[in-house]
Amino acid sequence: MKHDISLAVRRFIGENFLFRDDGDAITHDASLLDAGIIDSTGVLELVCFLETTFGIEVQDDEMLPENLDSIRAIANYVDRKLDPRKKLELVA
Amino acid sequence: MRVESFLLESARRFPAKTALVAGPQRLSYEELAQRASAFAAHLASKGLQRGDRVVIFLQNSPEAVTAVFGTLLAGGIFSVVNPGTKSDKLAYILNHCAAKVLVTEPRLQAIAHDARERAPAVATTVVAPFNFQPAALPNPGIDLDVAMIVYTSGSTGFPKGVTMTHANIVAAATSITTYLESKESDVVLSVLPLAFDYGLYQALMCAKVGATLILEKSFTYPAVVLEKLKNERVTGFPLVPTLAAMLLQMKHLTPGMFPDLRYLTNTAAALPRAHIERLRDLFPQAKLYSMYGLTECKRCTYLPPEQLAIRPESVGIAIPGTEAYVVDEQGERVPPGTTGELVIRGAHVMKCYWNDDAATSRVLKSGPYPWEKVLHTGDLFRTDTEGFLYFVSRKDDIIKTRGEKVSPKEVENVLYELAGIREAAVIGVPDPLLGMAIKAIVAAEEGVTERDVIRHCAARLEDFMVPSIVEFRGQLPKSENGKIARKELAAA
Repeated sequence: MKHDISLAVRRFIGENFLFRDDGDAITHDASLLDAGIIDSTGVLELVCFLETTFGIEVQDDEMLPENLDSIRAIANYVDRKLDPRKKLELVA
Repeated sequence: MRVESFLLESARRFPAKTALVAGPQRLSYEELAQRASAFAAHLASKGLQRGDRVVIFLQNSPEAVTAVFGTLLAGGIFSVVNPGTKSDKLAYILNHCAAKVLVTEPRLQAIAHDARERAPAVATTVVAPFNFQPAALPNPGIDLDVAMIVYTSGSTGFPKGVTMTHANIVAAATSITTYLESKESDVVLSVLPLAFDYGLYQALMCAKVGATLILEKSFTYPAVVLEKLKNERVTGFPLVPTLAAMLLQMKHLTPGMFPDLRYLTNTAAALPRAHIERLRDLFPQAKLYSMYGLTECKRCTYLPPEQLAIRPESVGIAIPGTEAYVVDEQGERVPPGTTGELVIRGAHVMKCYWNDDAATSRVLKSGPYPWEKVLHTGDLFRTDTEGFLYFVSRKDDIIKTRGEKVSPKEVENVLYELAGIREAAVIGVPDPLLGMAIKAIVAAEEGVTERDVIRHCAARLEDFMVPSIVEFRGQLPKSENGKIARKELAAA
């Protein structure tokens, strides 16, 4: 599942922020902000993409670099949001 | 008085006080002054002479602030360039001001290197982080010397270098800190790039009054910034309308969350009335300053906060110690209610556009004294009967997006470099978040796609200049003399 999320996110970033067909140029852990790939309006587009693609709701206080600043972080975050058991653990 | 004395004087008065917080770093005034002196010593050791230009191509960071003050301490002239700038434009700027030194950082080094290859005057590249030793420095100069060049979008499509002396900056900073009632107990949080004069002046004015600056790289993660706003007990928060819109999108904000906030400022474009009301609800104790300005004089007007409820659409009155008035085509002052061009008079008005006498003479014209120049802003205004100013429109085609000025011509020049583009026009279309969104209307050969156009622009222009909308047409409307009728497209 996490792999599928990564692929979708990579494709979205490639198409929308790098204007290439794939996001292969970015490593899994690279900071999207430091690499100049994402900026303040870009992060809003990313959040909108995650909400519509994965049917999750990103809360204001979840809009953090820990959750969104690399492809791995995004995949982990979306995975946590999608898995009800993990979500319960998070809440607990 | 020269600008570096803001820092030196505060370091003398409050050596241990926090001057700058950037990410995990906290620098006292003494530390910041030492770093700036060491940077100056390094420039001097590389042969920097009084009046030489130093281009600072860095993200918001302690190094960027150090380089600004360090350049002045060495007698140089600094120009901060937006870190989103691509190599063609950076090369243009380096050549335009014949920069001797380029200051950059590892993340931007590929672009910096590419630009430097094409800028023969650059003798030294300094890469952050710095590790220099202080040394005795000669007297850097007097306040009539040029302190900085700010590159700003010009209607010709090429950036123009607004040239400011130390005396210009001291006058502007003194006026603004007067009406903001800035003091040493202030803590200002800025997410604005130092390449934008509004961002740069946050650093200069904090140093002037001995306040603390919390310098953020961007507003990408609003929750992180708001956490700092709270934890650092921020008293001053400068905004542009896009930042305000992003802030107001946050769902968890409650009135009174930021009890230390003393004031908010807004400039670059007017805030929508609904946003003014919501900001006042969220920050009930904070004064909200609506302001208006041009890089050419830093700031023109401000609306005293108590006037905001009475005339929310007004940009106010001239900043303290200056004059702002409306004139007709002949340069004569017009009565209240009549639309004309806004003219600015004061010690904050720039000296020239660097190396561009023709452009300079179009905006700096004779004032009341033979030796004085006043600034013709190119913006149309009117006043009410009590003398408060109202923005009507611009005389040129400059588009305001995300608080930045975009010259349609600059984007069009880049569009024409794409193979298959026959005709191109760039206009602004209203957007709730951006103010204006950039729209490209092109006539192109078969096979050119929207993505081709956006990809091409993104590789050559700063992000805020890249069109978000591309429309294809068979041909574009022309005026009688055959020029593309951009105004007609914008009105459609």
